[in-house]
Amino acid sequence: MNRALRLVRRRLITAIPVIGLVIIGAFLLLEAAPGDAVDAYILSLGGADANMVAELRASWGLDQSPWARLLAYLAALARGDLGWSVSFSRPILDIILERLPNTLLLMSASTALSFMLGSALGIFAGARPGSLRDRLLSVGSLALYAIPGFWLALVLVIFFSINLRWLPLSGIETIASGKHGFDRALDIGRHLVLPVASLGIIYLALYLRMMRAGMAEVWRQDFIRAAQAKGLSRQRIVLRHVARNALLPVVTMLGLQSAAMLGGSVVIESVFAVPGLGRLASEAVASRDTPLLLGIVLVSALVVIAINLMVDIAYALLDPRVGAAEAS
Amino acid sequence: MSDITLSRRSLLLTTSALLASTAMPTLLLAEEAKPGGRLIVAADSEPKNLNPAIVASNGVFFIASKVIEPLAEASFDDENGLSPRLATSWEGSPDGLSVTFKLREGVTWHDGKPFTSADVAFSALNIWKPLQNLGRVVFKDLEDVETPDDHTAIFKFSTPTPFQLIRNALPPLTSVVPKHLYEGTDIAANPANSAPVGTGPYKFAEHKAGEYYRLEKNANYWDKDKPYLDEIIYRVLPDRAAAAGALEAEEIQLAAFSAVPLADLDRISKVPGIVVVSKGYEALTYQLVVEINHRRKELADLKVRQAIAHAIDKEFVVKTIFLGYAKPSTGPVPQNDPQFYTDDVPTYPFDVAKANALLDEAGYPKAADGKRFSLKLLPAPYFNETRQFGDYLRQALAAVGIDAELVNNDAAAHIKAVYTDHAFDIAVGPPVYRGDPAISTTILVQSGTPDGVPFSNQGGYSNPELDAVISKAAETIDESARTELYRTFQKLVATDLPLINVAEWGFITVARDSVKNVSNNPRWAVSNWSDTWLEP
Repeated sequence: MNRALRLVRRRLITAIPVIGLVIIGAFLLLEAAPGDAVDAYILSLGGADANMVAELRASWGLDQSPWARLLAYLAALARGDLGWSVSFSRPILDIILERLPNTLLLMSASTALSFMLGSALGIFAGARPGSLRDRLLSVGSLALYAIPGFWLALVLVIFFSINLRWLPLSGIETIASGKHGFDRALDIGRHLVLPVASLGIIYLALYLRMMRAGMAEVWRQDFIRAAQAKGLSRQRIVLRHVARNALLPVVTMLGLQSAAMLGGSVVIESVFAVPGLGRLASEAVASRDTPLLLGIVLVSALVVIAINLMVDIAYALLDPRVGAAEAS
Repeated sequence: MSDITLSRRSLLLTTSALLASTAMPTLLLAEEAKPGGRLIVAADSEPKNLNPAIVASNGVFFIASKVIEPLAEASFDDENGLSPRLATSWEGSPDGLSVTFKLREGVTWHDGKPFTSADVAFSALNIWKPLQNLGRVVFKDLEDVETPDDHTAIFKFSTPTPFQLIRNALPPLTSVVPKHLYEGTDIAANPANSAPVGTGPYKFAEHKAGEYYRLEKNANYWDKDKPYLDEIIYRVLPDRAAAAGALEAEEIQLAAFSAVPLADLDRISKVPGIVVVSKGYEALTYQLVVEINHRRKELADLKVRQAIAHAIDKEFVVKTIFLGYAKPSTGPVPQNDPQFYTDDVPTYPFDVAKANALLDEAGYPKAADGKRFSLKLLPAPYFNETRQFGDYLRQALAAVGIDAELVNNDAAAHIKAVYTDHAFDIAVGPPVYRGDPAISTTILVQSGTPDGVPFSNQGGYSNPELDAVISKAAETIDESARTELYRTFQKLVATDLPLINVAEWGFITVARDSVKNVSNNPRWAVSNWSDTWLEP
C-alpha cells in the first residue's frame, strides 16, 4: 500500500502547476474572444443607452485591464473564494455545487456502461481473434464510434420518448413532482437512461477495440503457450491470463477518457436539458462570464485529477511493478 | 377556428379586422372555461433577473408578466389598442406636461399589502426612469409623480412629452413593483428581482436553475374567478429541437416565441392534437434589416445602397427563409402598426439589371473576374433566419458583382464587432419594433449615439434633415402632427437608405389543442394569461 500512497503524493504535487496553467490558459482564451459580459447582458435586454453600458462595465469591474482582473481572481482564489457570477447573480461555488452532482452522475454511469460493456465485448471478441464474431463486433463498434453524439441522442429520443413513450424526453427528474426517496431515485434513473446510453455507447467502442487489440497481442506471448501446454481450460486462459494482461492499457484509457466524457457531456446535457456542468460551461462562454468559466474549469480539472489518481491506485493494485521503482 | 392559421398574411391585418376574427371564439370559449390544471410551457432562455421594471425585454416578460402587471396591456379591440390593468384610465394634459392615471382599487400585492399610488410613483421615479433600459428614454423628463390619493397618480414632466408615446409605452415599460420591498434597498441587487412579488394572476413559487420556473395561482387576484390555471411551469429546454419533441410527447403543452423552428412547423402541424398559431405577436414585430457602415466609401454612395436594395429579392426571402411566416418590408415602420405605417415611400423592386446599372453609374465597374469590390458581411447569430439571410445576401450580392465575405460570430462577439469596433461593412440585424418609433427604429438611423451602444446607429450615418424630424417628433404633443412626422421619417429613410429594411416577422406559438384562449391579444406571450385555461 506504500507504493500507492507515494503515487498519490507525487500526483498531488504535480497537480498544482497543472491547475494554475489550466486557469490562466482558460482566462486568456476567453479574454481573446471578442465581446464581454456586458455585451452579452445588453443583448438579453435588447439594448441600453451609453451611460448604462458604462455603469455596468464599471460595477462589474470590466473597465480594468485583463491582468488586474486575473490577479484579483487569483488572489481571491488563494483565499478559497471562487467569486461571484454576474450572469447568475449568485456565488459561483453555489452554482457549481448545484450542477456538479448531475454531471458526475451522468459521467460515472456512462463511464461504467462503456467500460464494462466495452471490455466485456472486447473479451468476447478477443477470445478468438479473427473469428466471425470478432469481425462483426469490430465493424459494429467502429460504426458506433463514428456516430455523432447529438445525432444518436436525437434518434434515441425520437424512438424511445416520442414514438414509444417509454422514457422521459429530457430533464434530470420529473419537474415539481414532489417525489422523495426511492421514488425520486427511480425517477432520476429513468431520466438518465437515454443520456447515459447516448454518451456511453459512443465510448464503448474505444474500450472494446483496446481490449480486443491487447488480447490479440497477449495470445502470441510465450506464457500463453505454456498455459495451454499445462492443459488449462480455454476459459481460464482467456479470463485469467489473456484478459488480465490486456486490461492494463484499458484502465489507462479509463483515466484519459474521463476528461473526454466531460467534454461530451456539454452536448448531451444540452440535448437532454440536464442541468449539469457541461451546459453551465457553454452558458458561461456565451455570456462571457469569465469567473464562472474559470470556476468550472477548476472543478473539472480537480475531477479529472481525482479520477486519474484513482486509476493510478487501481493500476498499482493490478500490476505489482507500478511504483516499485520509487521504493528504492 | 379562425384564430388558428398557418398563414402569416392573416396576421398583418388592421385592428378592426382582427377584432372581427377573434371576438367570437374568445367569447364562446370564455363561457365554458374550466378552472384548474398545470400548464407546462417551453422556455429557451433562462433570465436571472425577473424584474420587468428594470429589464423590459421579452425574455423577462414571458415569465414575469404573469406575476408583475403593467398599468395597461395591449389589446386587439379596446380603444387605442390598450386594455386596463393596474390603471383603469389615463389622460394626458394638452400641454404635454402631465399625465393622470386612475388606479384600480381593491388590488393587493402577493404578500397581502395593498397596492396604492405610492407604488406607482416609486416604480416610475426610482426604477423606470433611472434603471430601466427603455424607461431611461421615455421617462427622461419625468420630474415628479403626485399622489393626491391612494388611487390617483399624476406624472409631471419638465418638458412636453407626447402622450401618444407614453400610451404606446404603457404595456412594455410600466411594470409596477412593490415600494415596501424595494424602498431603501439596493434596487439592482434586491432579492425580489429573482423571486418577484407582484399583483398579477400568478404568484412566483420557485426557480430551479437549469430546470424550471414554477408559478402558482393567486387566489386573491383582483379580476374575480381568474386565473383559471392552478400552475404554470416554464421548462428550460436549451436545445432547439427539444420543444417540438416535448410537444409531441406531451411533456409540454405550449411553445411560444418560435421555440419550434420554422422548418418543423409543417410536420408538427399535421400531428393530431397540435395547433400552430401565428397570431398574438402583432405588438412584438421583429424587423430584418441590412445595417450599413457608411464609413466605407462605396457604401456612402446612395447609388450603391440603392443597388443593394434592388439586388435583394424580398419575396424570395419571405418564402424561402421565413417559409411564408413574414412579410416584405417597405420601410422602418412595420405594416402591422396602423398608427404610424405609411406605404407612400420609394420602393426597390428586385431587379438585378438595374442594380448592375446603378453600380456602373456609381463608378464601380466589374473587373475581369466579374467583381466590383469586396465587403465584410456580419449576420447576427441570434436567429436561424438572420444567419440564413446572411447566406442569401452573399449570393444576392455576388449576382451584382459585389464579393461579400461572411464573418460568423457568436452573440457577444457580434455585438462588440458591429456596435463597438465598427468592424463590418454590412451587417444583418433583427431589431424589435416596440409600437412607437421613438423607442425603436429611430435609434437605428439617428446620429449622435456614442460608440458601444448596441442596436443603435453605429454605421456612421448622419443626415441632419432626418435627425431634425426625429427630434421634432420626440417633442410634438399633437398626435396627428407627430404621426405625420413619423410618416416623413419613413419616407426619408426609404429614400436615403441609411439601412435597408427587408422583412418583418412575428413569432409562432405551437400548442396542444387542450390549451384555450391562446393568442387573444397582440402581446399574448408576454401578457398575464389570466384567462388561459386547460381542457381536462
